Amino acid sequence: MLAALAAIPVLIAVVVRLSAHVPPGRGPVFLDRITQNGMFVAATAMVVAIPLFLPLTVGVVAGDTVAGEAGMGTLRYLLVAPAGRIRLLVVKYLGAVVFCVAATLVIVLAGSAIGALLFPVGPVTLLSGDTVGAGQAEWRLVLVAAYVTVSLAGFAAVGLFISTLTDAPVGAMAATVVLAIASQVLDSLPQLAWLHPWLFSHYWFDFADLLRQPVTWDSFGANAVLQAGYLAVFGALAYGRFASKDVLS
Amino acid sequence: MSPSPGDTGTTGPGPAALAVETHGLVKRFGHQLAVGGIDLAVPQGSVFGFLGPNGSGKTTTIRMLLALAAPTHGAVAVLGQDMPRSFRTVLPRVGALVEGPAFYPFLSGRANLHRLDAADANSPAGTRAARVDAALDRVGLTHAAGKKVRAYSLGMKQRLGIANALLAPRELMVLDEPTNGLDPQGTREVRSLVRSLATEGTTVFVSSHLLAEVEQICTHAGIMRAGLLVAQGTLAELRRDGREQVRVLTPDMARACGVLARLGLVPEIAVSVPTDDDGGLVRAPVPERRGEPADIVAALVADGVRVRGFAVEAGSLEDRFVELTGEGFEVVE
Repeated sequence: MLAALAAIPVLIAVVVRLSAHVPPGRGPVFLDRITQNGMFVAATAMVVAIPLFLPLTVGVVAGDTVAGEAGMGTLRYLLVAPAGRIRLLVVKYLGAVVFCVAATLVIVLAGSAIGALLFPVGPVTLLSGDTVGAGQAEWRLVLVAAYVTVSLAGFAAVGLFISTLTDAPVGAMAATVVLAIASQVLDSLPQLAWLHPWLFSHYWFDFADLLRQPVTWDSFGANAVLQAGYLAVFGALAYGRFASKDVLS
Repeated sequence: MSPSPGDTGTTGPGPAALAVETHGLVKRFGHQLAVGGIDLAVPQGSVFGFLGPNGSGKTTTIRMLLALAAPTHGAVAVLGQDMPRSFRTVLPRVGALVEGPAFYPFLSGRANLHRLDAADANSPAGTRAARVDAALDRVGLTHAAGKKVRAYSLGMKQRLGIANALLAPRELMVLDEPTNGLDPQGTREVRSLVRSLATEGTTVFVSSHLLAEVEQICTHAGIMRAGLLVAQGTLAELRRDGREQVRVLTPDMARACGVLARLGLVPEIAVSVPTDDDGGLVRAPVPERRGEPADIVAALVADGVRVRGFAVEAGSLEDRFVELTGEGFEVVE
C-alpha cells in the first residue's frame, strides 16, 4: 500500500513531464507550477491523495486491526497469551497511527525525490508572498505530512471501533472507507453547515496556514482538538465493545 | 492421584485442589442455550477427557475457562482463581489450543511463536528464542521452523499450535481436539506428549469427540450432551456406572431369549452382530441382584440352547458414552 501511495507523486510527475504544456488553473492545486519547481510535485500529490487514497489505505489498515486477527483466528491466541484486551487495542491503534505517519511521509519523500529528478528545484514562493529556499520548503512539506497524519488519527480511531464490531475484516475496511467518503460528502452540502465543524474530514485540506510566513498554527490546533475528540469518543467505544466482547472466532 | 514431582502446590490448599472448577456455568447466545449450567471439577494432576458429540458445548465451555467469553451465569475458577477476573495471573500458567490452530500464513512457524510469546507482556524476552526452539523440538517441527506457515500441512499447523501451548512451563494445558488432522503417527505422538506432561505434574484438559483417544490417555472424564455435563469422574467410576452385560453366542437365539426372560433378565438380540451359521449374539443387562453367572449357562443348556460363547462383561466406556449421548450422527441443536 505504501508503494501504491509512492506511485501517486511519481505518476503525476511523469505525466506532467511528458505533456508539453499544462494549462494554468486546471487540474489539482499546484499542478501548473510543477514544471517550474519540482517542490510542487509532493504538494500536488498530497492534495490528490487526501480525499481518497489516504482514507482508503488508512481505512484498510484500521479496519483490519481487530477484525483481521479475529478473521484469522489469531485473536483468541493473542488473548490467551494473554495480551490483555486494552493493551491489544492500544498497540493496534498505535500501529495504525504509525501507518498514517509512514503513508504521508512516503508521499512527501517520493514526491520530493521524483520532483528533484525530473524538474528544476528552487526557492518557493509561499502563499503569503514570501520566498523561502528549497530546504525550508521541504521542511514545510514535512509539516504538511504531520498535519495530514493528525487529520487521519481520528479517522483511524473510527476504523478501530468498527473493527471491533465484526469478525470479517473486509466488512470493517469497507465500512470505514465508506464513512470517510460520506463525511466528505456531508461536508460539501451547505445545508448542513451546522454539522461541518464536527465532521472528522472537515479540516483535512486546511493545511494552507503551514505554507505562510510566519506559520500560523490555528487550523493545526483546531484540527488536533477535533481529532483528539474523535480519538477519545471512538477509543472509548472500541474499549467498551471489545472489553466485554465474547471472542468466538 | 499421587502427587507428582513437578507439582509445586502453589494453586490451592490440600490434596483435593481442583485445577478447573465451575459452578452452575451457563452460556446463552440469544435464545440458544449453549451451556446449560455445568459443575466441572478437574482435579489437579489429572488428565481430564472432556467428551461429547459435536455441538454439545465443549468449545464454548473452554472459551469461558480461558476468559475468551464471559459466562451468562455461574462461576469459573481456574488454578484456584476466578475467571475471567484474574486472567492476567492465570493465563500465563495455562497453555491452550482452542478450536484448531491459527497463525499468520505469511510468517514462518518460528516467527509466529515469537510473536505469540511476545504478546504476553510478562514473558521473559531473554529466554524467548530458547523456549521457542525447545517447543518446536518437542513437537518435531524443528526442520520446518523456518518455513512459512502457508506451506504447512494441517497436521503441521496442529503441531505448531501445540508448540505454542508449550512455550512456557504450564500448570494447566487445555487442548481442544488436539489430534484433529494428525496422521496416526502424529496422534501417537500427541498421546505420549500428554502422558509426559502429566508425569511432569501438569494438569491436562483434553476435549475430544473420539472416545478411544480419551480412553487411552485420560485418568478422568466428563461427558457433555446438549450443553449439560451428564457424567464426570474417574474412568473407573464412569465404567462402573455402566451396567454389566450377559452375552450369549448361540444359534438358538429365540430359545435363549425365552430362558433369560424366565430368569428375570431383559434379553435382546444384538442387531449390531450379524447372524450367521454360528448363530448370533443375545445380550441382557445383569440385574441388580445377580446370581452366579454359571447358573445362567446351566439353565440355558438344560433347555437345550446350544451355547457357543458366554461372557459377563463390564460395561465399556463406549456403551456408557452412547447411553449418555445417544447414538448416531445427529448434531444436537
